[in-house]
Amino acid sequence: MINKLVGSDKEAISDIFDGATVMIGGFGEAGSPIELIHRLIDLGSKDLTVVSNNTGSGNVGIAALIANRQVKKMICSFPRSTNSVVFPELYRNGEIELELVPQGTLAERIRAGGAGIPAFFTPSSVNTPLADGKETREFNGQTYVMEYGIHADFSLVKCQTADRYGNLTYNKTARNFSPIMCTAATTTIVQAKQIVEPGEIDPEVVVTPGIFVNRVVQIVKPEHESILVANQDRYPR
Amino acid sequence: MNTHERQGWSRIEMAQKVAQDLPDGSYVNLGIGIPELVADHVPEGIEIIYHTENGLLGMGPVPEPGQENIELINAGKKYVTAIPGASYFHHADSFTMIRGGHLDISVLGALQISKEGDLANWSTGKPGAIPAVGGAMDLVAGVKNVWVITDHVTKDGQFKLVDECSFPLTGKGVVDTVYTNLAIIDVTENGLQVRELAPGITFAYLQEKTEPKLIQ
Repeated sequence: MINKLVGSDKEAISDIFDGATVMIGGFGEAGSPIELIHRLIDLGSKDLTVVSNNTGSGNVGIAALIANRQVKKMICSFPRSTNSVVFPELYRNGEIELELVPQGTLAERIRAGGAGIPAFFTPSSVNTPLADGKETREFNGQTYVMEYGIHADFSLVKCQTADRYGNLTYNKTARNFSPIMCTAATTTIVQAKQIVEPGEIDPEVVVTPGIFVNRVVQIVKPEHESILVANQDRYPR
Repeated sequence: MNTHERQGWSRIEMAQKVAQDLPDGSYVNLGIGIPELVADHVPEGIEIIYHTENGLLGMGPVPEPGQENIELINAGKKYVTAIPGASYFHHADSFTMIRGGHLDISVLGALQISKEGDLANWSTGKPGAIPAVGGAMDLVAGVKNVWVITDHVTKDGQFKLVDECSFPLTGKGVVDTVYTNLAIIDVTENGLQVRELAPGITFAYLQEKTEPKLIQ
């Protein structure tokens, strides 16, 4: 019998090792798997390379993971935003590495990583500093830059509904990077608000087929990053 | 020049100018800032579908107070709504729409625009600044028409329309049209062609505020 449901968020992330590459879903707080991130802070794995669009806000979620000195390197497109204080300070002090990637290139690198494609050519960033030192090639008279697929050891994502096979649906713009991140990791770990029986999610509307998912933990009432930040909450508390 | 006194069109009028030029049925991505105002000024009877790169086609207006949904936001991370007929999708699909040339118009802000349509809008390159790019490089590389909406000069009176961008580029030769408070200017093979002057603005005055030579 296939059953990807695990009993706790702590158990779900317990094997994330030092030096791992970890993809974390979310665009801002929408889709950010905050409980899984907080358990990773509890676990304390170090020297992580984190792939996520942003670097978090306040002192919770990804920002707290960075503040806890667990992240060696961020691969992201937009490392600053309102209420983002932790990353900028460490970056200015040279205490964290940044690989800045155009948002669409980041998405495609993750998609490629999940699809078994080692590299691809894109028009984005040609003739800009973000293409410096990268291989370029002409196709039909236009210049393209080569970018590499990204494959991670772990992906942490949040979804709306899951079943024991790992079939997932998402909620609105909280979907963002999660479906592609599910495909691009050795071990994909999902926090779901709702667990249903197989068959209850219409096969026509499954967004992430279960084959891409390894573990699912139910978090019925996930915390909201913006509310925690507004309350000046910190993690660890 | 008194830099506090605004000349020509107001920001809302600039947004109206862009809105009036959107063809009926266009798929449009609006950047953060002044471009966001455009949606409020589309003429009656014109149907525009708005794309926001975080994963929504058919973005609607800001929600009524109390109706905000933490998981329904735009690329600027502000609360939005979805119109009937909207769709949600993941990021690889969203940038397939962008990079694959499926969107008609991208409206963006700018730090500098060159006479050849080079755009700089993501970084001033200053030491200590945190570089952040988001989807701008993908938008200018892939969307069919790139329109810039910006004040004509900086707050301290420096040129924004320049011979060559001094800030790091977002894309080379990508801008089609520039909407400023002083004029609407098309980037053509021959140079910057003035399409319309704001009320009270002369061509000579516009040229004074623009580094490259303009075509009347």
